[in-house]
Amino acid sequence: MKQYSRINTTIFYTILLFLCMLSLGPIILMLLTSLKLKVDIFNDVSTFIFMPTLKNYSSVVTDPSLMRYLWNSLYVGLISTVLTLVMGCMAAYAIVRFRFMGRDVVSLTTLLMRMVPPAVLTVPVFAIWTFQYNLSNNLHGLILVYVAINLPFVIWILQSFIQQVPIQLEEAARVDGANPFQIFFLVVLPVIKPGLAAAAIFTFRIAWNEFILALILTNRATRTTPVNISLFLTEHNIDWGQIMAMGMLIAIPPIIFTFVASKQIITGMTAGAVKG
Amino acid sequence: MISSRILNRATPYLFLAPAGIVLIFALLYPIGYLTVASFFDWRMGSPFADSTFAGLGNYTWILNDPSFRESFMVTITFAFVVVVLEMLLGVGLAFMLERPIKGMSVFRTIFILPMMIAPIVVGLIWRYMYNPQFGIINKTLKKWGFESIPWLSSPDWALPSVIIADIWQWTPFIFILSLAALQSLPKSALEAARIDGASGWQQIIYIKIPLMMPVLVVAALLRMIDAFKVLEVIFIMTNGGPGLSTEILSLRIYKTAFVSWELGRAAALSNILLAIVMVITIAMFFYTKIRDARLARIQADAENY
Repeated sequence: MKQYSRINTTIFYTILLFLCMLSLGPIILMLLTSLKLKVDIFNDVSTFIFMPTLKNYSSVVTDPSLMRYLWNSLYVGLISTVLTLVMGCMAAYAIVRFRFMGRDVVSLTTLLMRMVPPAVLTVPVFAIWTFQYNLSNNLHGLILVYVAINLPFVIWILQSFIQQVPIQLEEAARVDGANPFQIFFLVVLPVIKPGLAAAAIFTFRIAWNEFILALILTNRATRTTPVNISLFLTEHNIDWGQIMAMGMLIAIPPIIFTFVASKQIITGMTAGAVKG
Repeated sequence: MISSRILNRATPYLFLAPAGIVLIFALLYPIGYLTVASFFDWRMGSPFADSTFAGLGNYTWILNDPSFRESFMVTITFAFVVVVLEMLLGVGLAFMLERPIKGMSVFRTIFILPMMIAPIVVGLIWRYMYNPQFGIINKTLKKWGFESIPWLSSPDWALPSVIIADIWQWTPFIFILSLAALQSLPKSALEAARIDGASGWQQIIYIKIPLMMPVLVVAALLRMIDAFKVLEVIFIMTNGGPGLSTEILSLRIYKTAFVSWELGRAAALSNILLAIVMVITIAMFFYTKIRDARLARIQADAENY
């Protein structure tokens, strides 16, 4: 075992703490600004010394339209996550267990679909949703796109979890007379819970954070919070305190997930790079 | 008994159907639609059915448009600079901080936070920090006696500003990946190098980096794909300006379609961006295939040895 000198260790942790500050600093700055009155934001003296106030948050929470946008974000995020998970794990199971197409074909197609930039979808989705599906300005239209853009990733990540489920487990259930649906829901699903959790976090985060498709598919009533933030910013007299409060409200759920499940998140994030 | 056999036979299709239907109607169909639309002269306000066939008109128009070329160069510059700097910083930090770390999971959690929060919020925070009057960056520069910098308002500084924000957000990705790769290197190779008297730098250059290469290449390609997809952060920070200095392709698609209302041209632009991303993705796929095949072969050889 290599020994590290005390000076080295000091330098080492100094660098590490400095990096943490770089990483967290901007987020903390947002938090501080969201707790400031307008006078304090424009005040030149100090970033850190001021009277904290919850006024910005209370003005968001008491504004019915802003609350509505938050609710829209939540609704779209939750429903699309549930739908994506149900459809995704069924498809992943079929692909793994019933050997449909070659594994390469499946992984290449899901990979390709995963990489489609959202900007590329704006034109056709706007046109199709408006003129053919009659789903524009409708939260369910938004949910449909989010399910579609999240499915490839969810199928892909759940595949690797399902592969690890011992086939003997399923065979035992089959011998006991379970039909394929019972095997799937009662035997396989409970085993891949960690995979489902990781997939759920990723899906919810993308739906909750998404902006450009929400911008083109929603109107005054169906707007989500990210869209509302962007519209606030184009005004001349930007109310930074309030907009930062909205930013915090949007940032809080992903931050909580990160602290609760950082291990699964890192697995999901690095899966593509470490394993093909 | 018969019904159960039918059920068994039909099961895979029943399981695939919901996801398949959604993907066909809400992803594959739109992409097909996009490809067709890119050959039509189509403007907002008229239904697609009324538009006229334009052949390659949209594409030739775009390729002859100097502002497209500028925007294309901005996109390429952004993607390459971001990937190169993030790789250098991320891998460099991993080498610097390579050792068992107490409380690593806490540090890792902190490092991934910037990637988890909404891009729109990232743009918001950086726009606030770059603010010329009360932004913390210029305030700090002034306090230290430097000139303040016109971050987002000068065409020369806007692209670097946007790049800095992306580096802040995504360097941790490379760092975490390369640290993981570094810590899983075969101990025997490093031990052998050490016994042969290789210095720290020699170990890094001749042993560690080559062994980490498979992971690093894929990490760089993944980052590059993401760099071509960036939209929100820049939309919020500069909206492509000043001039065209930060107008990356994805933003240009949005503006062509929903500001200029040229849907046909926007579709052609989208196809160009899609093609770039697909080429990188396919390259990445085959790289990992070849890599895994090689690893499997080496492993098999080693076992037969």
